[in-house]
Order: sequence, then C-alpha cells, then structure tokens
Amino acid sequence: MSGNMNLTLKVWRQKNAADKGQFVTYKAADISPEMSFLEMLDVVNERLVKGTQDPIHFDHDCREGICGACSLYINGRPHGPKQAITTCQLHMRSFHDGEIITIEPWRATAFPVIKDLAVDRSAFERIQQAGGFISVNTGGVPDANEIPISKVISDEAFNSATCISCGACVAACKNASASLFVSAKISQLALLPQGQPERYRRAQAMVAQMDKEGFGNCTNTGACEIECPKEISLTNINRMRRDFYNAKFFKEEEIN
Amino acid sequence: MGSLSKAFSSTLGRKLIMGLTGLFLSLFLVIHLVGNLQLFKDDGGKAFNEYSYFMTHFLPIKIVSYVLYISIILHAVYALIITARNKKARTVQYAQYNGAANSSWNSRNMGILGTIILLFLVIHMKSFWAEYHWGGLPYVQYEMKLDNPNVVKITQLPFNGKELVHAEYVDVQNQTEVVVAKDLYLIVKDSFSEAWYVILYVLSMIALGFHLYHGFQSGFQTLGFDHVKYKPIIDFVGLWVFSIIIPAVFAAMPIYMYFAQ
Repeated sequence: MSGNMNLTLKVWRQKNAADKGQFVTYKAADISPEMSFLEMLDVVNERLVKGTQDPIHFDHDCREGICGACSLYINGRPHGPKQAITTCQLHMRSFHDGEIITIEPWRATAFPVIKDLAVDRSAFERIQQAGGFISVNTGGVPDANEIPISKVISDEAFNSATCISCGACVAACKNASASLFVSAKISQLALLPQGQPERYRRAQAMVAQMDKEGFGNCTNTGACEIECPKEISLTNINRMRRDFYNAKFFKEEEIN
Repeated sequence: MGSLSKAFSSTLGRKLIMGLTGLFLSLFLVIHLVGNLQLFKDDGGKAFNEYSYFMTHFLPIKIVSYVLYISIILHAVYALIITARNKKARTVQYAQYNGAANSSWNSRNMGILGTIILLFLVIHMKSFWAEYHWGGLPYVQYEMKLDNPNVVKITQLPFNGKELVHAEYVDVQNQTEVVVAKDLYLIVKDSFSEAWYVILYVLSMIALGFHLYHGFQSGFQTLGFDHVKYKPIIDFVGLWVFSIIIPAVFAAMPIYMYFAQ
C-alpha cells in the first residue's frame, strides 16, 4: 500500500532474567501509519513466527490506555515520543519512513526483565499490599453521599486515582524512583475521609516497602510527571512527603 | 535502630537532610554575600578586615559557622549515599536515553555541579579561611584623624606572630583612631590579581547558579512545601535571587578586584 513505512527496529532480546541480553535488529517493512505501536509489533511477530523464530515478548492487555500493562522504552522515552499516552495509544504516524526505532524494557533493579521487553512489576503490587488500601467493616450498605467531600478534594483524589501502575515514572526517572506511583496511591486515599484512620500507618508502610524493593531516591527532576500517561502531578510526591514526615515526627502510630 | 535514625535512613529521610542542609547553605550565601560587599569599598580594605575579624571572633557567628561546616559535610556525604543508591536502582543503563525531553540538564546533573562547587570550596577555604586562621598573615594599621575620619593613613606591618594582635583604640595624644588588623584584604587582592584564579571563581559561580536553579526550589519540595499559593514565589526567588543575582555579584568580586589593580 502506498504511504506505508519501512522501519528498522533495534529490539532488546533477553531469554530470561539470568540472560545477559542484547539488541537484535529487525526490519519492519510495509507498516501502515494508522497502526498502533503494538499492532506494528504484532505484524513483526507474525512474520517472526512464520519464519519459526521466537516472537518478541512484550506486555499488553486492554490496548485502550487504561490497564497499564503495556510498557516499552521507545527512542529514549517511556511509551515513546508523545505525552500523556500509553504505548498502545501511540500510532506509527508519530514516526517517519526509514526511521530506526530503539525499543528497550523498563530499566530498574526493582523491575527485573522476565523476557525481552516484559518486566516483572510485582514490586508495585507489594507496595500496594503494604498499605494502599482502606479497611471497611461489613454490614449495612452506607448511603451514597453520607460523607460530604468538597469538589476540589474529590477531583484531586480522583486525579491521583487515575494512576494505572504502568511504571513509566520509574522508567523515566534517572534514579529509578517509584515516588510518583507510591505518592499517587497514598494520595488517592489520604485525601478522602475514608482514608484517614490508616493514613499515617499507610504512608510509613508504603514508603518502607518502596525502599525495600530497591527503588531510587526522588531528586525532583520532574521527568515522571512529564512521562506519566495519566499526567499524575508532582504535587502528589510532596503530599507523600508531608504525610511521611508527619507520621514519623508528629504522630503516635509507628510501624517498622 | 532507633525510630528517628530509621526515619532518617529512609529514602525520604535522607532527602530531608539534603533539603535542610541545602537550604541552610543557601541562606548562608546571602549573609556571606552581604558581608563580602565590603570588598567594593575603596578604603584599603579597612571595612573588609574589620568584618573578617568580627566574623571569626563573635561567638554566635562562630557557633553558626560550625553548623555551616557540618552542613557542608552532611550535604556532600548524603549526596554520595543517595547517588550510590540511585546507581544501584538501575544497574543496566538505557542504550538510548532522551532525558532532555522530560527534565532540565541541571536537575539531572546536580552531582557534577555539586562536585565542582565542593572542589571550589576546598580551594576557596584553603586560600582565605585557612590562611586567615593559621597562615602567617601580615598586619595592617589604619590611622584616622578624629576630626576627619575620611582620611585614612595605611601602614603595612610585616608579619610578626609574637607581637601583633588585632587592636582598635583611640590615640588621644595624636587625636587619631587606630585599627590594627590581619590583612586578609591583601591576600584577597593578591589572589585576584591572577587571571586564572578569577576565571576559576567565575566558572564556579556559574556552576553554583545552575545548582541552585534546581536546588533551591527542589529543597522546598523535599521539605513538603508545595502549594499554588507560594510555589511561584519560591520558583521566582530561586531563579532570580539564588541562581542569577547571588552568583553574579559573587563573580563580580574577583572581576572587580582584578581590574581595580
């Protein structure tokens, strides 16, 4: 078809976590600019499978930008050159014919490579399990609008709650810090009345688990905020700090 | 481990120490700058030498100066600890990395800028601070007529560690006010007569400007101060006062001293 593109892909191939891994170059011929980046990889993989080669492994699920499964560090940026989108929402029209595209997995010690471009992000789940929840007693169903919450606060909590745990913040950060993720998960509950009973326990437990997983320090470069597909703001990190210092220096509940 | 030391050994706690020491050092820069403005006075260094004596002998300032030395050391040591952890957090580097797309160069290179500043500090303190305290500094005597204090008679006194001390008195017989002081001004003047030394200072001040452009507002964020009400004020002060005016005036001192002689 006319208008289709021929691309060269430099793809990170790694058999398993123990393997050293290397870049392998693939030709991606006759790619429609209307394809999403993942569809382009599907096409390349189909051709690899037909040639009885091992397809390129990469994470994907909903393919509509809401699940957070797709990752990929494309041409030096998480989720590629566009802002506020995931890789599945990235289209090949963002690239030009003949371009060499470098595709790498998220690079962080806390995100070990499973195979090729797929990394193990269960560190995020363990942080969530450490305190990213509220405890609710069973019983009668509460009235929907029983507890008044101001519009500003509910909006802000909702903004924090849009985090899809994709890990782009860690991938973008020069220190591989998970602060934006952790702070969004702390904020979405700390801002609301239901999150208050466990607020200071939560901040301490989640930060402690984040440290245990081996993520780096936040140095406020702001890279995470720019690369976040959901545009979670840096303010969350400062809110996390306030909760953490509050818990450590001014509150009675102490954990760890 | 105690609960406080645990709090300070978390990633957030360590950064808190960086933020607190960094902001204290920024505050010190303001005091240091205001004091050093005496260098621009055309009085043969009288005001500057008096100021040097005051800064090294007034007890509250001496106490603060020890807090300052500790802050410099803590800021540098914690920078190393933090950087070591950050390196460990990503052992395999990206083959292609486009950091410029999402962050400023200086925010990503605070370590390099900080190292330049630390090296500068070593040279700077060796040249003036160590010289003033332990170097065999010459003394200078200023004599001012009581009825016309604008006329100053300056006498260089050769170094004599045993007999000379700092003194300020009124000579009633000759109707003069006499100040005898260690002549740090002379050392400053000598140092800044060398072009390479002036260049070193100017380059270091550029590094300082870039370091503070990120560091000042980052320090406030690390402390948790972040609100639409005052974030613009912090950013404005960080840019104009701490990364432009202060380094520029500091840099103007060696340049002025170089061309004034």
